[in-house]
This record gives sequence, C-alpha cells and structure tokens, in this order.
Amino acid sequence: MKKLWLSLLVASMGALALTGCGSDAAGKNGEVVVYNWGEYIDPDVITEFEEETGIKVIYDEFETNEIMYPKVEAGASAYDVVCPSDYMIQKMIDNDLLAKLDFEKLPNAKANIGTQYWEQSKGFDETNEYSVPYCWGTVGILYNKTMVTDPVDSWDILWNEKYADNILMQDSVRDAFMVALKRNGASMNSTDPAELAAARDELIAQKPLVQAYVIDQVRDKMIGNEAALGVIYSGEAIYTQRENPDLEYVIPKEGTNVWIDSWVIPKNAPNMDNAHAFIDYMCRPEVALKNFDYITYSTPNDAARELIEDEDIKNSPIAFPDLSQYNNLETFSYLGDEGDELYNEMWKDVKSE
Amino acid sequence: MSNGKKLLACPYVIWSAVFIIIPLCMVFYYGLTDKSGAFTMANIAAIATAEHAKALWLSILLSLISTVICFLLAYPLAMILCNLNVNQHSFIVLVFILPMWMNFLLRTLAWQTLLEKTGVINNILGFLHLPTLNIINTPYAIILGMVYNFLPFMVLPLYNVLVKIDKNVINAARDLGANSIQTFFKVILPLSVPGIISGITMVFVPALTTFVISTLLGGSKILLIGNVIEQEFTQTGNWNLGSGLSIVLMLFIIINMVATAIFDKEGTGTAL
Amino acid sequence: MKAKTTLQKLYISLIFLFLYAPIATLMVLSFNASRTRAKWGGFTIKWYISLFDNSAILQALYNTMLIALLSAFFATVIGTIACISISAMKRRNRAILMGITNIPMLNAEIVTGISLMLLFITLGVKFGFITILLSHITFNIPFVILSVMPRMKQLNPSVYEAALDLGASHIYAFFKVVFPDILPGVLSGFLMAFTMSLDDFIITHFTKGPGVDTLSTKIYTEVKKGIKPEMYSLSTIIFVTVLILLFLVNMSPEGKKKKEHK
Repeated sequence: MKKLWLSLLVASMGALALTGCGSDAAGKNGEVVVYNWGEYIDPDVITEFEEETGIKVIYDEFETNEIMYPKVEAGASAYDVVCPSDYMIQKMIDNDLLAKLDFEKLPNAKANIGTQYWEQSKGFDETNEYSVPYCWGTVGILYNKTMVTDPVDSWDILWNEKYADNILMQDSVRDAFMVALKRNGASMNSTDPAELAAARDELIAQKPLVQAYVIDQVRDKMIGNEAALGVIYSGEAIYTQRENPDLEYVIPKEGTNVWIDSWVIPKNAPNMDNAHAFIDYMCRPEVALKNFDYITYSTPNDAARELIEDEDIKNSPIAFPDLSQYNNLETFSYLGDEGDELYNEMWKDVKSE
Repeated sequence: MSNGKKLLACPYVIWSAVFIIIPLCMVFYYGLTDKSGAFTMANIAAIATAEHAKALWLSILLSLISTVICFLLAYPLAMILCNLNVNQHSFIVLVFILPMWMNFLLRTLAWQTLLEKTGVINNILGFLHLPTLNIINTPYAIILGMVYNFLPFMVLPLYNVLVKIDKNVINAARDLGANSIQTFFKVILPLSVPGIISGITMVFVPALTTFVISTLLGGSKILLIGNVIEQEFTQTGNWNLGSGLSIVLMLFIIINMVATAIFDKEGTGTAL
Repeated sequence: MKAKTTLQKLYISLIFLFLYAPIATLMVLSFNASRTRAKWGGFTIKWYISLFDNSAILQALYNTMLIALLSAFFATVIGTIACISISAMKRRNRAILMGITNIPMLNAEIVTGISLMLLFITLGVKFGFITILLSHITFNIPFVILSVMPRMKQLNPSVYEAALDLGASHIYAFFKVVFPDILPGVLSGFLMAFTMSLDDFIITHFTKGPGVDTLSTKIYTEVKKGIKPEMYSLSTIIFVTVLILLFLVNMSPEGKKKKEHK
C-alpha cells in the first residue's frame, strides 16, 4: 500500500516538475510544419528562422520517400512544407496533392538557385511551378580502403563473395533496384517485367552477402568499420570521410541515379504563407551555406556555392561532380500505380527470401 | 439503485464502442474490400502468396521457439524465486521487473551494440582468442531479442501461480511416497497450468506480431508478418492488404484467446 | 542441499547477467566520449550536460510523462466507474463487456495501432497529442478494470446498503465505504496503466502526428539515423532514479524488519 502511494507521489511530482520545461507557446506569427529527411538541416537554421520571423517550426522527419507519401496522402497530418525527391514529387503532382507555389513570395529561390537545376527539375515538375530544389547528388559506393583490396569502379563489387557480410544495401525499393538494374545495363526506370525479374533475381542472389539493409545507418556503420562497402548518397560521403579518412566514394561506371530533393507545399497545408517564408529562407545564400556545411549535401544554390571558402570542397568532385564525365546517369521518374505495385511486389520477394 | 449503477457503465461502453469495436470493424471493412470499396477476399487470400506465407511461417516459427525458450528459462527461475526467503520476495521480483523500466527500444539497441561484428561480445571473445560470434542480422539474433524482451512476461505469471501453491499439498505428495520428480509432474506442473497458459499468451502474441525486434536485430534482412503489415500501412500505402493480413493475424490470436478461456476459467488473468 | 542452492544461485546470476548486460552497456555508453557506439573514446560526462540543452529530447520526455500521467488518470476514472457498474450487471452483459475489455489486452498491439489509425483518419481527426492520448487511454482502461474487478468482487454489498440505510447519500456512501476497499486495486491499476503508457511504442507509432514525439518514437527515429549519446544518459538517469526509488520503498518497511531479524 505504502509503496504504491510513494511511487505514485514521485511519479506525479516528476511530471509536475517537467511541466515547467515544456515550451509549448506557438510563435507570435503562427507556425509552420516541416516534414524533412532525417539529419537534413542544420538545427541552428531552424532556431534562427524562428527568431527572425516569429514563426514556430514544428519539425518532423522521414526516412524514405515511401514512408513520407502515405502520411501526406492520408491528410491526417497536416504538413506545410515537405522535401521529397524527384519521382515522388511527380507522383504527388499526378495525384493532385501539391499546391502551386507563389514565386512572388520566393525571391531568393528565383535569384539563387542555378538555372541548370531548374532545367533538371523539369523532368518531374514540367512547369517548375511546384518545387524548389534543396539538395541534389548522386548515389554511389562508399568503401573502406583498408578492407577492400580490389579496384572499386563497378556495381559488380557488391556481388563479390569476398566481401560477404560486409556489404550494406539501401533499404528502399527504388534505390535497391536501381543498383541491380544499372548493373544489368537496364534503365532504372524500367517497367519491363523481364528486366525487373532479372534484377530481382540478382538482388536475391546478393542477399546472402548483404550484412544489412539500412538507410541512414550506412553512415555510422561505415564510420565504425562495421562494413567494407555501402551504397550511399553522395552527400554523406564528405561527412563520413571527415570522420573516417579510410573511406572513399565512387560513382560506378555503369551509371547511377542523379537525384534532386525539393521543397514542395501540400495542397492541404494550413499555413501557406509561413510555408513560403520557410522555403524562401532556406534559399538565402548564407542559410544554404550553413546547411551545406552541416549536412554536406550538394546545394543547388549557386550563390551559396560561391561563398564556400575551402577551395577543395568548392570544387570537390563528390559534392559538385561534373556530370558530363559520367555515362548512363538518370533521374527516377514516377512509374504509375502499376509500376509501383510491380516494384513493391518484387522487393517483397527479395526481402522475404 | 441498480439503474443508477447501470448508467455508470455508459462512459466505458461508449468508449469501448468508439475506440475498440468500431476500429476493429474498420480493419475488417478494409480487409474485406478492394481499393474501389467492392467486397473481396483477395486481401485475406494474399496470405497464401509465397512472400507472405514465408513471412508468416517464419514469424510463427521464431515466436514458437522463443516461447519455448522463455518457458524453459522461466519455469526453474520462478520455482527458485518461490522458495526464497519470504523477506526477499518483493525485492527479487522487482529486480526482474526493473529492466522493463529502461525503454525496450533502447534495450534492444543495446543488444545490437553487444552483438555487432565489432561489438562488445566479439571484442571480448577476440581478446580471449576465441572464435567470434556472428549472429547479428540472423534469425538467432531475433530469437534472442524476443526471449530477452518477453522473458519477464513469462516469469511473472508463473511466479504468481507457483507462489500460491499450498506447501501442504507438496508435503502431502511427499508423505504419500512420491519422489521429487513425481511431485513435480503430478502436482506442481498441473497446478501451474493457468500460469503457463497466460505466460505463453503473453510471450507468443507480442513475439508473433513484432516488427521492431526484427528491424533492429535482423538488419531488415528478415521479413516477419509484422514487418509486412507495418510496411503496407506506412510505406506501400495499401491499407486493404495490410488489413487483410491483420485479420489473418487476429485468427491466430483468437485461437490463443480460446485456449486461454478454456484453461483459465477465472478470466481475471493470472498475469496480474 | 548446499550444491543445490549454489546451482540455484548460479542460475539466477546467469539470468541476471542476461537481463542486465544490455542495460550496463547503455550506461557505459553514456560515458563514452566518442559519438559512435563502435569505439571507446575515453570517459566523459559531457552527454549529461548537453542533455539539458537538447530541447527535442526534453520535449519528448515531457510528452511521455504527460501522456502517461493523463492517460493513466482518465483510464483509472473511466475504468473504476465502469467496474462499479459491471459488478452490478447481469451475468450475460458482464461477460460481454469483460470480453470487449480483453480485446486490447490480447490483441496484437500492431492491430490495435492500425485500427485506431484507420479510425482517426476516417473521422478526419488530425494526428497529434490528442490522438496519442486517446489511444493510450484506450489500451490502459483494461489494465485498470482487470486490477479493480477482483477487489470489487470481494466487497460485501451489505455494508454499502447499511450506509445508505443510515442516511448516507450514494456518493458519500461510495467514497466512505466502497472506495477505501477498492483503493489498492485502483492504485495498482493506475500504476500499471502509467507504466504501460510509458513503455508503449507500437500504438504511438501509428497514431502520432508531426512534431509530437514520445521517448519511444524519438528513440526509434534516432535509431534509424544514428542515436545521440544524450539518449543513453537520459535512460541512465531514468533507470537509476527508478532503481533508487524502488530501493528506498523496499528498504523502508520490510528492510527494517529484516535488520531486526539479524
């Protein structure tokens, strides 16, 4: 009896004490609900935005485009700003989930984002009306020089039995299939059942060699020498190299994925004005630079790139590769519901094997 | 007076209708219709496709193995705990519940740290020049995670039942000439059946339906039925298929419920 | 006999090791100067200091405690009131209601989670603090009912009726006569509900909204993108607090008795 009372008392006291720390007050200019990738912004940028504008940022993170989509589609979580990738933006436009942006309210976006990125965006956002590029990059192989003795220039190495249990693959359907499709010389936007089945069989054959299917964990596992090879987004390469100098990033010769993640505003966004204010703030050169320094993902913000002081980074072939040097680069496109279903089906075959 | 008392049930009756019954009906509605809303059995039949059947089979297998291991570990433990000095009772029991106060995700994550290739256990083994242990990202790691997380759920009901067994019954059996093995199988084990049943339920159901343990310790290489359902809702966005598979999952739980009802007529749950 | 007790002690110690090894690991990691789990970078307490600057983790802790407290409170009120009524019900009605009560306890958490998610989406409720709270109350009520019901059964109804005969009102009679008797059940129901809410991940995972995290969902996101050492220090603090608390509680009445024996 006494025990119960005492524990109860302490529990409620603890909760009461905590009530003091909760900072629930909404900003004086309302709020903006941002849905972004994990570790994809400098937290200081958010604080500074809040201080300058008086808009409170409610920040939520997703791991893959596929996790983000159903949440926005269901509409039960009202997001104001989301940062999906190319093909997912196309899917959202097709399914009428996005609001057209008001570029009057986005002067920094117009002024600072390089023209080539607007051109590239037309692949998924034909009229450049729905999205503002935030980051871009490639997908490649990150490997540990002390553990890999063979030359790494092809996706083939991920099927090399020498590295069994030392390979990290991406746990996301399109990225995983991209690797197998490219290796087979097919397009990564293929919907040909025969090509996909071949890719699926390759992935199944590869599975015993794979240590784990992960997404953001590739970073920590590679830094911690847990694995020798990992499929990774180019933006992580600079960060991981800083932490572990034995790591090297390579774009395989069979070609890869060139992707853009862009800011968009869902149709049901409750705070349209604040959403525009947030996107525009992110396009300021000094803010984009700050984000670049923190997350090390390539920025499409030309003005920000000019501000980079370290010449090595400014001209780094990883952060700002000369894309004309590589063959078979592609960007994902939305393949329709049927295409999605086909991929999901085959991916499940791989995972359940 | 009894009218007034009946009215008191209103809040709960309404609550359970809105938050228990209706949501379950919705799972059945989604599970039995397709995207256009037409009736179909396809979502339930989907369990028979190779990838779903494999996931379900693996889930059943792993959770059965974990339940058996939990039982084998917990029964002697509960018996030892029962025989301890009465003064230490609550303390010893608390010691076995205490780990549950550390968030279970973190505890599972800690196993990742222990089991990893360059993890703590392998460092120790390497230091002692012993062969390394490579079970991370295999079904063995998942079984370990299940046993670790759900062991207290097996220990507590068993302990609660065993501690209530009248010592005189055991002494009587001894007096009548039974040896300790006979006493155990003829007296103690049958009397502890309610605890065994509720222990099995409390381990088997969460183990069967988990998606967290397989994600954290299986490196996403092992797909359990819980993972399939979770992904249908959070990634593929096919609620109909996810609901259909949930219905199949519930069938197993209902079988479990029926078994519990038969053995545990008290209905109050010895677990508490 | 001696060998047998040694064996028993050995067995308990082994299980003890199995249960506490991961916890010890987490505690050690909370003092690790290196950010990654893989290497030991020397002893530090910096994560304990930076924990108090980490508003995201503190906010999650606050949400967790608040949701646990509120959901346990509401579940206790609704559940206790329901018990009074259930005990006065006809056998059949009681069986039905108790059957429904058992559903969230015996059903898979993932199914409860998705069923509530479907409900909220269909009703057009925005995911957030409220949806988590409602879900937690829902899965907490059965724990309260199942711990209050046995107490209710032991009550002697004539005492309550005697109080009424002596002129007490229903409410007065309830609080003076019935409530003290069922209080232990109510309290243990509350504590159980509180603990269940604290530890829940799966149901929160399906019903949470943007920006509202409990410790569990926060840890899950962090696990996926690389966990921050502050999380280890927070768990160590929570664990040690509970440990000390239980020690104090346990040592006070029984502990004294034990000392007297010696």
